[in-house]
Amino acid sequence: MDLSLSDEQKQLQEAAERFVRDKYPFDARRKIAATERGWLPENWAQFAELGWLGMAFSEEDGGYGGGPIETMIVMEQFGKGLVLEPFLPTVVLGGGMIASAGSAAQKEALLGPMIEGKKQFAFAWLERQSRYNLADVSLKATKEGSGWSLSGHKGVVYNAPAADDIIVLARTSGAAREQKGLTLFVVDGKAKGITRRDYPTQDSLRASELTFDKVSVGADAVLGQVDGAFPLVEGAVDRAIVALCAEATGCMDAINAATLEYIKTRKQFGVAIGKFQVLQHRMVDCFTNAQEARSMTLMASLKIDDKDPVVRAKAASGAKVQIGKSGKFCGQSAVQMHGGMGVTDELSVSHYFKRLTMIDLMFGNQQHHLTRYSNLAMAA
Amino acid sequence: MDLALSPEHKAFADEVREFAQKNLSPATRAKTFSGKHYDRDDHVIWQQALGRQGWLAYTWPKKYGGPGWDVTRRFLFENVLAEEGAPRIIPFGVKMVGPVIYTFGSDEQKERFLPGIRQSTVSWCQGYSEPGAGSDLANLRTRAVPDGDHYVVDGQKTWTSFAHWGDWIFCLVRTNPDAKAQEGISFLLIDMKTPGITVRPIIMLDGAHHVNDVFFDNVRVPVGNRIGKEGEGWTCAKFLLANERLGIAEVPASKRGVRSLRDIARSEPANGTSVADDPAFASQIADLDLQVQALEMSELRVLSTMAQGGAPGPEVSTLKIRGSEIQQRIAELTMEAVGEYAAPYQPGMLFQDTNETPVGPDHAPPAAPRYFNMRKTSIYGGSNEIQKNIVSKMVLGL
Repeated sequence: MDLSLSDEQKQLQEAAERFVRDKYPFDARRKIAATERGWLPENWAQFAELGWLGMAFSEEDGGYGGGPIETMIVMEQFGKGLVLEPFLPTVVLGGGMIASAGSAAQKEALLGPMIEGKKQFAFAWLERQSRYNLADVSLKATKEGSGWSLSGHKGVVYNAPAADDIIVLARTSGAAREQKGLTLFVVDGKAKGITRRDYPTQDSLRASELTFDKVSVGADAVLGQVDGAFPLVEGAVDRAIVALCAEATGCMDAINAATLEYIKTRKQFGVAIGKFQVLQHRMVDCFTNAQEARSMTLMASLKIDDKDPVVRAKAASGAKVQIGKSGKFCGQSAVQMHGGMGVTDELSVSHYFKRLTMIDLMFGNQQHHLTRYSNLAMAA
Repeated sequence: MDLALSPEHKAFADEVREFAQKNLSPATRAKTFSGKHYDRDDHVIWQQALGRQGWLAYTWPKKYGGPGWDVTRRFLFENVLAEEGAPRIIPFGVKMVGPVIYTFGSDEQKERFLPGIRQSTVSWCQGYSEPGAGSDLANLRTRAVPDGDHYVVDGQKTWTSFAHWGDWIFCLVRTNPDAKAQEGISFLLIDMKTPGITVRPIIMLDGAHHVNDVFFDNVRVPVGNRIGKEGEGWTCAKFLLANERLGIAEVPASKRGVRSLRDIARSEPANGTSVADDPAFASQIADLDLQVQALEMSELRVLSTMAQGGAPGPEVSTLKIRGSEIQQRIAELTMEAVGEYAAPYQPGMLFQDTNETPVGPDHAPPAAPRYFNMRKTSIYGGSNEIQKNIVSKMVLGL
């Protein structure tokens, strides 16, 4: 057993730290968030140049042979800077699914350009009724000649405004909420019949509601097997969850550091408020929570490529439970210890708090993953 | 002892409900139930209607123009209005400065200020906190230096709710820089139109503007606007804070919040049924519901003591602590009931009149912003840490 980073991984960590330090001071982040796109193409080009868009993919797929630990390292730093570039939807989810299930032609047309920074993706799975159930999909794809026709609605699709291609989870057969009968399609973001309603999210990302009205795609748009997408989607989402957990640990480190600094400098009753035991203990609990979050994220990153899907699912859900719990505790505590300043838009604290809150709601909150973990553990 | 209502009290509740249904604007009421922010008119028009009825100053004794209601009537009044979707009465006039004026003010001050408060023709805001005086309120630095029959006020107040709507501000100011912290403070009423006052908005984490910084630069205030004796402002301050803490438990609004949370849980789809059918979620709501009942009964016990002539004691701090935690928990569970559809940020749905349909269900737009915003409740009105210090010192003698 060895839990230390390799020299290459350390270099990656330093490069990611440097990027956040140079490009993501809080004021710069505020300006990026206020642009119409909500992220900067020059940053994306830099990711490509640094090799981050291809680091987690195999060399056969045109990547650099890394894996979940590399993703964890970069996502953690992104969390520290509240980075806005759409790495998760494009690289972790889109790239991940194409690498797992794409044909040689799809990999060449999609994955190669993505690694070069020339293509972005969005993953459209959620619908109004889905909540956190990945199989609760009713957008229908029906056979149309040799291809397919897609009709229905998708909601809260992150990065849809910028995505070149949207990876759509559709029902090709089976009843509502049946895991069998789901199929993934790669659809041109500008395809005829797609209507988009774009909006910013609470944490300054960009997303859309999408309506598909008889959107025609060829047979070659199918990613993976017809009717057999569920295991692929579940695996990809578990990987995305672990990446999100890494981002959350970065957020927690940053928000704890800001709070520690604040209680050391803010004076009331003639002393720094950090001299009060009630705040000292709360700060210790924040620190402990962040440690637990880091531990569970590391464990999940190490298990996420396990061949046994149950091992993988338990690791992802276990980490998400911890991140939900720790993120809420650190976020709420940071705001409380900052007093009135904590609830203003002016300080970074409220922005970390909002991101941590949204991370909990993405792909299933703490309660959802506790139930999922419990069911898996009971069945064993 | 009896929890049941007498026929007179039942008739009273009906009268209040009828009044609310007749006088509360449907647009204002709709904002309450959709979680939209009120504008100034929503508050003023409603409060003036209550004022004309003689009900705005509902906690005041008859002698000062209040209705002189018993504890039960006050309780019913607050609850019925919350059920009907009325905006919370802005407390700074009626609940805060009004009682200070009729308790510590001169006859002339009572005559001058109380009618405008009772009728809501004058809006008030509160100048307590300063950048260096939050939890440590007695550390305030805003100076008032005597100059003939005026004070000259210099300094800064912060977290001033509705200062941008306020006609008058009541302020704690330091009149004697040499006295011990709490002894050099006086209580001043200041017309917001006086030259030298600047109001600067503070934008909160949900994008809303309710609070402000207020700057005083050479502001001349007549000595006759001081309430009580010079240097005795801390007595007024403490009296006011005890009233504030009682009010901010917000029990009727929390009861409405729990009802609304159950409605949302019933309407939110999950696995072919609804969130309400998830036993884990339903039991969290039940837990919250019971906490609200405990808080309400505790508040009624305090009110009942007050009705027999007692003043609200330091134990009201426990009501503030629990009241704020409950409001936060309601907002948190409401957001969790909405799930991923809490993510879209829709300021147009919160702050403007619009015909657009929201992204997601109607209850989605305010869900996350409200959760974020409610974090303030354990900070304002004396942070919960300070409230616990008060209870441990004043109630438990630690």
